Amino acid sequence: MSSARKSNMIVEHLRRAQMKELLAERKRLDGRGLTESRPIKIETNVIKKANGSALVTLGNTQVIAGVKVETDEPYEELPDKGLLICNAEVLPLASAYAEPGPPDEDAIELARVVDRGIRESEMIDLKKLVLIEGQKVYAVFVDVGVLNVDGNLFDATSYAVVSALLTAKLPKLEVKDGKIVDTGKLMPAPIKTVPVSVTMVRIGDTIIADPTSEEEACMDARVTMTTDADGHVCAVQKGGTGTFTVEQIHHVVETAISKGEEIRPIIKKVTESG
Amino acid sequence: MKVLGKLINEQGIRTDGRRVDELRPIKIEVGVLKNADGSSYIEFGKNKIVVAVYGPKEVHPKHMALPDRSVLRCRYHMSPFSVEERKNPAPSRREIEISKVTREALEPALMLDDYPRTAIDVYIEVLQADGGSRCAGITAASVALADAGVNMKDLVASCAAGKVDDTIVLDINDEEDKEGQADMPLALLPNLNQITLMQMDGILAKDEYKKCLDTAIEGCKKVYQLQKEALMKKYFGTEIEVGNLA
Repeated sequence: MSSARKSNMIVEHLRRAQMKELLAERKRLDGRGLTESRPIKIETNVIKKANGSALVTLGNTQVIAGVKVETDEPYEELPDKGLLICNAEVLPLASAYAEPGPPDEDAIELARVVDRGIRESEMIDLKKLVLIEGQKVYAVFVDVGVLNVDGNLFDATSYAVVSALLTAKLPKLEVKDGKIVDTGKLMPAPIKTVPVSVTMVRIGDTIIADPTSEEEACMDARVTMTTDADGHVCAVQKGGTGTFTVEQIHHVVETAISKGEEIRPIIKKVTESG
Repeated sequence: MKVLGKLINEQGIRTDGRRVDELRPIKIEVGVLKNADGSSYIEFGKNKIVVAVYGPKEVHPKHMALPDRSVLRCRYHMSPFSVEERKNPAPSRREIEISKVTREALEPALMLDDYPRTAIDVYIEVLQADGGSRCAGITAASVALADAGVNMKDLVASCAAGKVDDTIVLDINDEEDKEGQADMPLALLPNLNQITLMQMDGILAKDEYKKCLDTAIEGCKKVYQLQKEALMKKYFGTEIEVGNLA
Protein backbone atom coordinates (compact mmCIF):
# COMPACT_ATOMS: atom_id res chain seq x y z
CA MET A 1 0.00 0.00 0.00
CA SER A 2 1.31 3.40 -0.96
CA SER A 3 2.17 5.75 1.90
CA ALA A 4 4.32 8.80 2.53
CA ARG A 5 7.89 8.35 3.68
CA LYS A 6 9.00 9.41 7.12
CA SER A 7 11.64 12.09 7.00
CA ASN A 8 13.71 14.26 9.24
CA MET A 9 11.22 17.11 9.35
CA ILE A 10 13.09 19.68 11.38
CA VAL A 11 16.24 19.63 9.28
CA GLU A 12 14.12 19.46 6.14
CA HIS A 13 12.09 22.53 7.09
CA LEU A 14 15.20 24.56 7.94
CA ARG A 15 16.96 23.57 4.76
CA ARG A 16 13.87 24.26 2.70
CA ALA A 17 13.70 27.81 4.02
CA GLN A 18 17.36 28.35 3.17
CA MET A 19 16.95 26.85 -0.29
CA LYS A 20 13.90 29.00 -1.06
CA GLU A 21 15.86 32.14 -0.12
CA LEU A 22 18.66 31.14 -2.45
CA LEU A 23 16.29 30.24 -5.29
CA ALA A 24 14.60 33.63 -4.98
CA GLU A 25 17.97 35.04 -6.08
CA ARG A 26 18.06 32.40 -8.84
CA LYS A 27 20.95 30.62 -7.13
CA ARG A 28 21.44 26.97 -6.23
CA LEU A 29 23.49 25.41 -3.44
CA ASP A 30 26.04 24.02 -5.91
CA GLY A 31 26.21 27.23 -7.95
CA ARG A 32 24.37 25.89 -11.00
CA GLY A 33 21.88 27.82 -13.12
CA LEU A 34 18.20 26.92 -12.61
CA THR A 35 17.95 24.64 -15.62
CA GLU A 36 21.61 23.68 -15.81
CA SER A 37 22.43 19.96 -15.56
CA ARG A 38 25.35 18.57 -13.58
CA PRO A 39 28.20 17.23 -15.72
CA ILE A 40 27.12 14.09 -17.61
CA LYS A 41 29.72 11.40 -18.10
CA ILE A 42 28.86 8.30 -20.14
CA GLU A 43 31.09 5.26 -20.61
CA THR A 44 29.85 2.52 -22.89
CA ASN A 45 30.77 -1.16 -23.31
CA VAL A 46 31.96 -1.41 -19.74
CA ILE A 47 30.59 -4.95 -19.31
CA LYS A 48 31.93 -7.34 -21.93
CA LYS A 49 29.50 -10.14 -21.05
CA ALA A 50 26.54 -7.91 -21.86
CA ASN A 51 25.28 -7.19 -25.40
CA GLY A 52 25.51 -3.53 -24.54
CA SER A 53 26.25 -1.54 -21.41
CA ALA A 54 26.71 1.97 -20.10
CA LEU A 55 27.92 3.59 -16.92
CA VAL A 56 26.41 7.03 -16.43
CA THR A 57 27.61 9.59 -13.93
CA LEU A 58 25.40 12.63 -13.38
CA GLY A 59 27.03 14.72 -10.67
CA ASN A 60 27.31 12.23 -7.82
CA THR A 61 24.52 10.02 -9.12
CA GLN A 62 25.85 6.91 -10.77
CA VAL A 63 23.97 4.13 -12.56
CA ILE A 64 24.95 1.17 -14.71
CA ALA A 65 22.81 -0.40 -17.43
CA GLY A 66 23.32 -3.73 -19.18
CA VAL A 67 21.53 -5.21 -22.19
CA LYS A 68 20.99 -8.94 -22.51
CA VAL A 69 19.28 -10.50 -25.52
CA GLU A 70 17.30 -13.72 -25.59
CA THR A 71 14.57 -15.17 -27.79
CA ASP A 72 11.02 -15.59 -26.57
CA GLU A 73 7.41 -15.82 -27.69
CA PRO A 74 5.83 -12.43 -28.52
CA TYR A 75 2.88 -11.03 -26.58
CA GLU A 76 -0.34 -12.54 -27.86
CA GLU A 77 -1.78 -9.15 -28.86
CA LEU A 78 1.48 -8.01 -30.53
CA PRO A 79 2.58 -11.00 -32.64
CA ASP A 80 4.60 -8.79 -35.04
CA LYS A 81 6.78 -7.10 -32.42
CA GLY A 82 9.85 -8.06 -30.45
CA LEU A 83 10.04 -7.66 -26.70
CA LEU A 84 11.77 -4.82 -24.87
CA ILE A 85 11.83 -5.05 -21.10
CA CYS A 86 13.40 -2.34 -19.01
CA ASN A 87 14.00 -2.75 -15.31
CA ALA A 88 15.71 -0.71 -12.60
CA GLU A 89 16.80 -1.41 -9.09
CA VAL A 90 18.27 0.84 -6.40
CA LEU A 91 21.06 -1.39 -5.09
CA PRO A 92 21.53 -1.47 -1.31
CA LEU A 93 25.08 -0.16 -1.76
CA ALA A 94 23.74 3.02 -3.39
CA SER A 95 22.88 4.99 -0.26
CA ALA A 96 22.56 4.76 3.52
CA TYR A 97 18.77 4.67 3.07
CA ALA A 98 18.56 1.90 0.49
CA GLU A 99 17.81 -1.59 1.75
CA PRO A 100 17.89 -5.03 0.18
CA GLY A 101 14.57 -6.67 -0.59
CA PRO A 102 11.82 -6.46 -3.18
CA PRO A 103 11.65 -3.11 -5.04
CA ASP A 104 9.61 -0.46 -3.23
CA GLU A 105 7.16 1.88 -4.96
CA ASP A 106 9.88 4.42 -5.79
CA ALA A 107 11.99 1.80 -7.58
CA ILE A 108 8.92 0.47 -9.41
CA GLU A 109 7.98 3.99 -10.50
CA LEU A 110 11.56 4.63 -11.67
CA ALA A 111 11.63 1.49 -13.81
CA ARG A 112 8.18 2.08 -15.26
CA VAL A 113 8.76 5.75 -16.11
CA VAL A 114 12.09 5.02 -17.83
CA ASP A 115 10.53 2.08 -19.69
CA ARG A 116 7.63 4.30 -20.81
CA GLY A 117 10.04 6.88 -22.26
CA ILE A 118 11.92 4.27 -24.30
CA ARG A 119 8.77 2.41 -25.38
CA GLU A 120 6.55 5.36 -26.27
CA SER A 121 9.28 7.19 -28.20
CA GLU A 122 9.59 3.99 -30.27
CA MET A 123 13.35 4.24 -29.92
CA ILE A 124 13.72 0.60 -30.97
CA ASP A 125 11.88 -0.61 -34.06
CA LEU A 126 10.35 -3.68 -32.46
CA LYS A 127 8.95 -4.87 -35.81
CA LYS A 128 12.52 -5.60 -36.89
CA LEU A 129 13.03 -7.91 -33.91
CA VAL A 130 10.67 -10.63 -35.15
CA LEU A 131 12.07 -14.03 -36.17
CA ILE A 132 8.88 -16.04 -36.77
CA GLU A 133 5.74 -13.92 -36.52
CA GLY A 134 3.58 -14.96 -33.59
CA GLN A 135 6.12 -17.54 -32.44
CA LYS A 136 9.67 -16.33 -31.93
CA VAL A 137 11.02 -12.84 -31.41
CA TYR A 138 14.08 -11.18 -29.91
CA ALA A 139 13.60 -10.30 -26.25
CA VAL A 140 15.81 -7.36 -25.30
CA PHE A 141 16.26 -6.93 -21.55
CA VAL A 142 17.77 -3.72 -20.18
CA ASP A 143 18.55 -3.92 -16.48
CA VAL A 144 19.74 -0.92 -14.52
CA GLY A 145 21.47 -0.87 -11.15
CA VAL A 146 21.71 2.41 -9.28
CA LEU A 147 25.20 2.54 -7.74
CA ASN A 148 25.13 5.90 -5.99
CA VAL A 149 22.11 8.05 -5.18
CA ASP A 150 22.33 11.82 -5.42
CA GLY A 151 19.04 12.83 -6.99
CA ASN A 152 17.49 12.63 -10.45
CA LEU A 153 17.62 8.85 -10.80
CA PHE A 154 15.02 9.14 -13.57
CA ASP A 155 17.29 10.96 -16.02
CA ALA A 156 20.51 9.10 -15.10
CA THR A 157 18.72 5.78 -15.55
CA SER A 158 17.17 6.85 -18.83
CA TYR A 159 20.53 8.05 -20.25
CA ALA A 160 22.12 4.75 -19.23
CA VAL A 161 19.40 2.67 -20.89
CA VAL A 162 19.50 4.77 -24.07
CA SER A 163 23.32 4.65 -24.26
CA ALA A 164 23.42 0.90 -23.65
CA LEU A 165 20.82 0.30 -26.39
CA LEU A 166 22.61 2.62 -28.85
CA THR A 167 25.84 0.67 -28.49
CA ALA A 168 24.32 -2.82 -28.11
CA LYS A 169 25.35 -5.60 -30.48
CA LEU A 170 22.63 -8.19 -30.96
CA PRO A 171 23.38 -11.72 -32.17
CA LYS A 172 22.26 -12.03 -35.80
CA LEU A 173 19.80 -14.91 -35.77
CA GLU A 174 18.25 -16.56 -38.82
CA VAL A 175 15.40 -18.93 -39.41
CA LYS A 176 16.36 -22.12 -41.26
CA ASP A 177 13.75 -24.85 -41.80
CA GLY A 178 11.65 -23.37 -39.01
CA LYS A 179 14.55 -23.38 -36.57
CA ILE A 180 16.48 -20.46 -35.10
CA VAL A 181 20.16 -20.52 -36.03
CA ASP A 182 22.85 -18.19 -34.68
CA THR A 183 24.90 -16.94 -37.62
CA GLY A 184 27.73 -15.94 -35.28
CA LYS A 185 27.49 -12.41 -36.62
CA LEU A 186 26.44 -9.34 -34.65
CA MET A 187 24.12 -6.47 -35.57
CA PRO A 188 23.18 -3.15 -33.97
CA ALA A 189 19.73 -2.72 -32.45
CA PRO A 190 17.23 -1.16 -34.92
CA ILE A 191 17.24 2.42 -33.60
CA LYS A 192 14.60 4.93 -34.75
CA THR A 193 15.14 7.90 -32.43
CA VAL A 194 17.04 9.00 -29.33
CA PRO A 195 14.67 9.85 -26.46
CA VAL A 196 15.91 12.22 -23.75
CA SER A 197 14.37 12.38 -20.31
CA VAL A 198 14.40 15.71 -18.46
CA THR A 199 13.34 15.89 -14.81
CA MET A 200 12.43 19.13 -13.08
CA VAL A 201 11.23 19.90 -9.58
CA ARG A 202 9.30 22.81 -8.17
CA ILE A 203 10.49 24.33 -4.90
CA GLY A 204 8.19 27.19 -3.95
CA ASP A 205 7.67 29.21 -7.14
CA THR A 206 10.92 28.12 -8.80
CA ILE A 207 11.39 25.23 -11.20
CA ILE A 208 14.84 23.70 -11.45
CA ALA A 209 16.21 20.92 -13.64
CA ASP A 210 18.36 17.93 -12.65
CA PRO A 211 17.76 18.10 -8.87
CA THR A 212 20.24 16.68 -6.35
CA SER A 213 19.06 14.53 -3.42
CA GLU A 214 19.16 17.60 -1.21
CA GLU A 215 16.96 19.54 -3.63
CA GLU A 216 14.58 16.59 -3.99
CA ALA A 217 14.17 16.49 -0.21
CA CYS A 218 12.91 20.10 -0.36
CA MET A 219 10.74 19.80 -3.46
CA ASP A 220 7.00 20.38 -3.65
CA ALA A 221 6.48 18.41 -6.85
CA ARG A 222 8.43 16.72 -9.61
CA VAL A 223 7.85 16.18 -13.30
CA THR A 224 9.72 14.01 -15.78
CA MET A 225 9.25 14.60 -19.52
CA THR A 226 10.80 12.53 -22.29
CA THR A 227 11.11 14.03 -25.76
CA ASP A 228 12.16 12.39 -29.03
CA ALA A 229 14.48 13.71 -31.77
CA ASP A 230 11.55 15.56 -33.44
CA GLY A 231 10.99 17.53 -30.23
CA HIS A 232 7.72 15.71 -29.51
CA VAL A 233 6.77 14.80 -25.96
CA CYS A 234 6.43 11.03 -25.60
CA ALA A 235 6.17 10.31 -21.87
CA VAL A 236 5.34 12.36 -18.79
CA GLN A 237 5.12 11.59 -15.11
CA LYS A 238 4.29 14.02 -12.36
CA GLY A 239 5.39 12.99 -8.87
CA GLY A 240 5.50 14.35 -5.36
CA THR A 241 2.77 15.55 -3.07
CA GLY A 242 2.58 19.09 -4.45
CA THR A 243 0.89 20.57 -7.50
CA PHE A 244 1.67 22.43 -10.74
CA THR A 245 -0.27 25.22 -12.42
CA VAL A 246 -1.01 25.12 -16.16
CA GLU A 247 1.52 27.94 -16.74
CA GLN A 248 4.20 25.97 -14.90
CA ILE A 249 3.47 22.92 -17.08
CA HIS A 250 3.79 25.04 -20.23
CA HIS A 251 7.17 26.28 -18.98
CA VAL A 252 8.22 22.69 -18.19
CA VAL A 253 7.30 21.50 -21.72
CA GLU A 254 9.45 24.25 -23.28
CA THR A 255 12.39 23.45 -20.99
CA ALA A 256 12.12 19.70 -21.57
CA ILE A 257 12.25 20.22 -25.35
CA SER A 258 15.18 22.66 -25.28
CA LYS A 259 17.15 20.63 -22.74
CA GLY A 260 16.45 17.52 -24.77
CA GLU A 261 18.09 19.18 -27.77
CA GLU A 262 21.07 20.05 -25.60
CA ILE A 263 21.57 16.59 -24.10
CA ARG A 264 20.79 14.45 -27.18
CA PRO A 265 24.11 15.33 -28.96
CA ILE A 266 26.06 14.44 -25.79
CA ILE A 267 24.56 10.94 -25.75
CA LYS A 268 24.95 10.56 -29.53
CA LYS A 269 28.59 11.63 -29.51
CA VAL A 270 29.61 9.19 -26.79
CA THR A 271 27.74 6.28 -28.29
CA GLU A 272 29.06 6.88 -31.81
CA SER A 273 32.69 6.82 -30.67
CA GLY A 274 32.15 4.08 -28.08
CA MET B 1 3.51 0.52 -30.66
CA LYS B 2 0.26 2.22 -31.54
CA VAL B 3 -1.73 1.57 -34.71
CA LEU B 4 -3.77 4.12 -36.57
CA GLY B 5 -7.32 2.92 -36.99
CA LYS B 6 -10.58 4.54 -37.91
CA LEU B 7 -11.66 5.58 -34.45
CA ILE B 8 -13.43 8.80 -35.44
CA ASN B 9 -15.84 8.93 -38.40
CA GLU B 10 -16.42 11.78 -40.88
CA GLN B 11 -19.10 13.28 -38.62
CA GLY B 12 -16.60 13.50 -35.77
CA ILE B 13 -18.29 10.67 -33.85
CA ARG B 14 -16.22 8.12 -31.93
CA THR B 15 -16.66 4.34 -31.78
CA ASP B 16 -18.87 4.57 -28.69
CA GLY B 17 -21.04 7.30 -30.25
CA ARG B 18 -19.47 10.24 -28.39
CA ARG B 19 -18.28 13.56 -29.80
CA VAL B 20 -14.61 14.45 -29.34
CA ASP B 21 -15.30 16.68 -26.32
CA GLU B 22 -17.82 14.42 -24.61
CA LEU B 23 -17.35 12.38 -21.43
CA ARG B 24 -18.64 8.84 -21.06
CA PRO B 25 -21.77 8.53 -18.85
CA ILE B 26 -20.76 9.02 -15.20
CA LYS B 27 -22.72 8.04 -12.10
CA ILE B 28 -21.43 8.78 -8.60
CA GLU B 29 -23.02 7.56 -5.36
CA VAL B 30 -21.92 8.60 -1.87
CA GLY B 31 -21.98 6.50 1.31
CA VAL B 32 -22.39 3.02 -0.13
CA LEU B 33 -20.52 1.01 2.52
CA LYS B 34 -21.77 0.75 6.11
CA ASN B 35 -18.45 0.17 7.92
CA ALA B 36 -16.32 2.78 6.20
CA ASP B 37 -15.99 6.33 7.56
CA GLY B 38 -16.54 7.53 4.03
CA SER B 39 -17.30 5.69 0.81
CA SER B 40 -18.38 6.12 -2.77
CA TYR B 41 -19.22 4.18 -5.89
CA ILE B 42 -18.53 5.39 -9.39
CA GLU B 43 -19.52 4.21 -12.83
CA PHE B 44 -17.35 5.93 -15.41
CA GLY B 45 -18.17 4.43 -18.79
CA LYS B 46 -17.81 0.70 -18.17
CA ASN B 47 -15.64 1.25 -15.07
CA LYS B 48 -17.29 0.18 -11.84
CA ILE B 49 -15.25 1.21 -8.81
CA VAL B 50 -15.97 1.24 -5.09
CA VAL B 51 -13.90 3.32 -2.67
CA ALA B 52 -13.71 3.19 1.13
CA VAL B 53 -12.00 5.66 3.46
CA TYR B 54 -11.07 4.69 7.00
CA GLY B 55 -9.76 7.38 9.28
CA PRO B 56 -8.29 9.58 10.55
CA LYS B 57 -7.49 6.70 12.89
CA GLU B 58 -4.68 5.28 14.97
CA VAL B 59 -1.65 4.28 12.91
CA HIS B 60 -0.56 0.65 12.63
CA PRO B 61 2.35 -0.06 12.57
CA LYS B 62 2.92 2.69 15.14
CA HIS B 63 6.35 3.73 13.86
CA MET B 64 4.71 5.05 10.68
CA ALA B 65 2.95 7.82 12.60
CA LEU B 66 4.10 11.41 12.01
CA PRO B 67 4.10 13.91 14.90
CA ASP B 68 2.90 16.85 12.81
CA ARG B 69 0.38 15.38 10.39
CA SER B 70 -1.66 12.44 9.25
CA VAL B 71 -0.24 9.70 7.03
CA LEU B 72 -2.26 9.16 3.86
CA ARG B 73 -2.20 5.59 2.57
CA CYS B 74 -3.71 4.48 -0.72
CA ARG B 75 -4.34 1.16 -2.33
CA TYR B 76 -5.57 0.87 -5.93
CA HIS B 77 -6.54 -2.71 -6.62
CA MET B 78 -8.21 -4.53 -9.48
CA SER B 79 -10.45 -7.48 -8.78
CA PRO B 80 -9.40 -10.67 -10.61
CA PHE B 81 -12.71 -10.66 -12.51
CA SER B 82 -12.52 -6.98 -13.50
CA VAL B 83 -10.74 -7.62 -16.80
CA GLU B 84 -11.07 -9.96 -19.80
CA GLU B 85 -8.35 -12.41 -18.67
CA ARG B 86 -8.35 -13.18 -14.94
CA LYS B 87 -5.94 -10.87 -13.15
CA ASN B 88 -3.69 -12.32 -10.47
CA PRO B 89 -5.00 -10.75 -7.23
CA ALA B 90 -1.47 -9.97 -5.95
CA PRO B 91 -0.63 -6.28 -6.48
CA SER B 92 1.11 -5.84 -9.84
CA ARG B 93 3.84 -3.27 -10.56
CA ARG B 94 1.22 -1.25 -12.43
CA GLU B 95 -1.09 -1.22 -9.40
CA ILE B 96 1.79 -0.20 -7.10
CA GLU B 97 2.63 2.73 -9.38
CA ILE B 98 -1.04 3.77 -9.63
CA SER B 99 -1.40 3.58 -5.84
CA LYS B 100 1.55 5.97 -5.57
CA VAL B 101 0.35 8.52 -8.14
CA THR B 102 -3.18 8.34 -6.67
CA ARG B 103 -1.84 9.18 -3.21
CA GLU B 104 0.14 12.06 -4.68
CA ALA B 105 -2.95 13.25 -6.57
CA LEU B 106 -5.15 13.27 -3.44
CA GLU B 107 -2.68 14.54 -0.84
CA PRO B 108 -2.55 18.18 -2.04
CA ALA B 109 -6.31 18.49 -1.40
CA LEU B 110 -6.18 17.23 2.19
CA MET B 111 -5.41 19.22 5.33
CA LEU B 112 -3.32 16.49 6.87
CA ASP B 113 -1.81 18.90 9.43
CA ASP B 114 -5.18 18.85 11.19
CA TYR B 115 -4.76 15.22 12.23
CA PRO B 116 -1.29 14.60 13.71
CA ARG B 117 -0.30 11.02 14.66
CA THR B 118 -3.12 9.46 12.63
CA ALA B 119 -3.56 7.55 9.38
CA ILE B 120 -6.12 7.94 6.62
CA ASP B 121 -6.54 4.80 4.53
CA VAL B 122 -8.07 4.96 1.06
CA TYR B 123 -9.02 1.67 -0.59
CA ILE B 124 -9.92 1.77 -4.28
CA GLU B 125 -11.33 -1.48 -5.64
CA VAL B 126 -11.86 -1.72 -9.39
CA LEU B 127 -14.72 -4.19 -9.83
CA GLN B 128 -14.95 -3.74 -13.58
CA ALA B 129 -12.24 -2.03 -15.60
CA ASP B 130 -12.52 0.15 -18.68
CA GLY B 131 -9.99 2.74 -19.91
CA GLY B 132 -9.27 5.50 -17.40
CA SER B 133 -9.74 3.53 -14.19
CA ARG B 134 -7.09 5.55 -12.32
CA CYS B 135 -8.94 8.80 -13.08
CA ALA B 136 -12.28 7.31 -12.05
CA GLY B 137 -10.64 5.95 -8.88
CA ILE B 138 -9.20 9.34 -7.92
CA THR B 139 -12.53 11.07 -8.63
CA ALA B 140 -14.40 8.59 -6.43
CA ALA B 141 -11.73 8.61 -3.71
CA SER B 142 -11.95 12.38 -3.34
CA VAL B 143 -15.73 12.12 -2.91
CA ALA B 144 -15.27 9.35 -0.33
CA LEU B 145 -12.76 11.51 1.58
CA ALA B 146 -15.30 14.34 1.65
CA ASP B 147 -17.94 11.85 2.82
CA ALA B 148 -15.59 10.81 5.64
CA GLY B 149 -15.48 14.43 6.75
CA VAL B 150 -11.75 14.83 6.27
CA ASN B 151 -10.82 18.53 6.08
CA MET B 152 -10.15 19.40 2.45
CA LYS B 153 -9.06 22.49 0.52
CA ASP B 154 -10.81 21.32 -2.63
CA LEU B 155 -12.13 18.18 -4.28
CA VAL B 156 -9.89 16.33 -6.74
CA ALA B 157 -11.51 15.82 -10.14
CA SER B 158 -9.81 13.57 -12.64
CA CYS B 159 -10.21 12.74 -16.29
CA ALA B 160 -7.98 11.90 -19.25
CA ALA B 161 -7.57 13.43 -22.69
CA GLY B 162 -5.62 12.02 -25.59
CA LYS B 163 -4.93 11.86 -29.28
CA VAL B 164 -6.91 9.55 -31.54
CA ASP B 165 -6.85 9.61 -35.35
CA ASP B 166 -4.73 12.80 -35.18
CA THR B 167 -7.45 14.53 -33.13
CA ILE B 168 -7.32 15.61 -29.49
CA VAL B 169 -10.25 13.97 -27.69
CA LEU B 170 -11.62 14.01 -24.15
CA ASP B 171 -11.90 10.92 -21.94
CA ILE B 172 -10.16 8.07 -23.75
CA ASN B 173 -11.98 4.72 -23.58
CA ASP B 174 -10.33 1.29 -23.52
CA GLU B 175 -10.24 0.87 -27.31
CA GLU B 176 -8.91 4.39 -27.88
CA ASP B 177 -6.24 3.82 -25.23
CA LYS B 178 -5.00 0.70 -27.01
CA GLU B 179 -5.29 1.96 -30.60
CA GLY B 180 -4.84 5.70 -30.09
CA GLN B 181 -1.73 7.88 -30.35
CA ALA B 182 -1.54 9.38 -26.86
CA ASP B 183 -3.19 9.22 -23.44
CA MET B 184 -2.88 11.89 -20.74
CA PRO B 185 -4.53 11.19 -17.37
CA LEU B 186 -4.91 14.37 -15.34
CA ALA B 187 -6.22 15.33 -11.90
CA LEU B 188 -7.16 18.87 -10.95
CA LEU B 189 -8.03 20.88 -7.85
CA PRO B 190 -10.86 22.68 -9.70
CA ASN B 191 -11.14 25.75 -7.45
CA LEU B 192 -7.43 26.24 -6.88
CA ASN B 193 -6.67 25.45 -10.53
CA GLN B 194 -3.76 23.20 -9.68
CA ILE B 195 -2.68 19.96 -11.29
CA THR B 196 -2.11 17.06 -8.90
CA LEU B 197 -1.73 14.20 -11.36
CA MET B 198 -0.28 14.28 -14.83
CA GLN B 199 0.98 11.34 -16.80
CA MET B 200 1.29 10.85 -20.53
CA ASP B 201 2.26 8.17 -22.96
CA GLY B 202 2.23 8.38 -26.73
CA ILE B 203 3.57 11.10 -28.99
CA LEU B 204 2.43 14.73 -28.90
CA ALA B 205 3.94 17.84 -30.49
CA LYS B 206 4.29 20.87 -28.22
CA ASP B 207 1.05 22.54 -29.34
CA GLU B 208 -0.86 19.27 -29.19
CA TYR B 209 0.43 18.80 -25.66
CA LYS B 210 -0.97 22.15 -24.59
CA LYS B 211 -4.31 21.49 -26.30
CA CYS B 212 -4.51 18.05 -24.71
CA LEU B 213 -3.83 19.59 -21.28
CA ASP B 214 -6.58 22.21 -21.79
CA THR B 215 -9.02 19.52 -22.96
CA ALA B 216 -8.33 17.34 -19.92
CA ILE B 217 -8.77 20.35 -17.60
CA GLU B 218 -12.18 21.11 -19.13
CA GLY B 219 -13.09 17.45 -18.59
CA CYS B 220 -12.01 17.59 -14.94
CA LYS B 221 -14.25 20.63 -14.43
CA LYS B 222 -17.24 18.71 -15.78
CA VAL B 223 -16.40 15.77 -13.52
CA TYR B 224 -16.23 18.22 -10.58
CA GLN B 225 -19.87 19.26 -11.16
CA LEU B 226 -20.94 15.61 -10.93
CA GLN B 227 -18.91 15.12 -7.74
CA LYS B 228 -20.64 18.12 -6.15
CA GLU B 229 -24.07 16.90 -7.26
CA ALA B 230 -23.42 13.48 -5.72
CA LEU B 231 -22.36 14.99 -2.38
CA MET B 232 -25.30 17.43 -2.41
CA LYS B 233 -27.70 14.59 -3.09
CA LYS B 234 -26.56 12.70 -0.04
CA TYR B 235 -26.26 15.59 2.39
CA PHE B 236 -28.96 18.06 1.28
CA GLY B 237 -31.36 16.03 -0.85
CA THR B 238 -31.76 16.60 -4.60
CA GLU B 239 -33.70 19.88 -4.72
CA ILE B 240 -30.73 22.21 -4.09
CA GLU B 241 -29.40 23.89 -7.21
CA VAL B 242 -25.72 22.93 -7.33
CA GLY B 243 -24.71 25.85 -9.54
CA ASN B 244 -25.53 28.39 -6.82
CA LEU B 245 -23.15 26.84 -4.34
CA ALA B 246 -20.06 26.78 -6.54
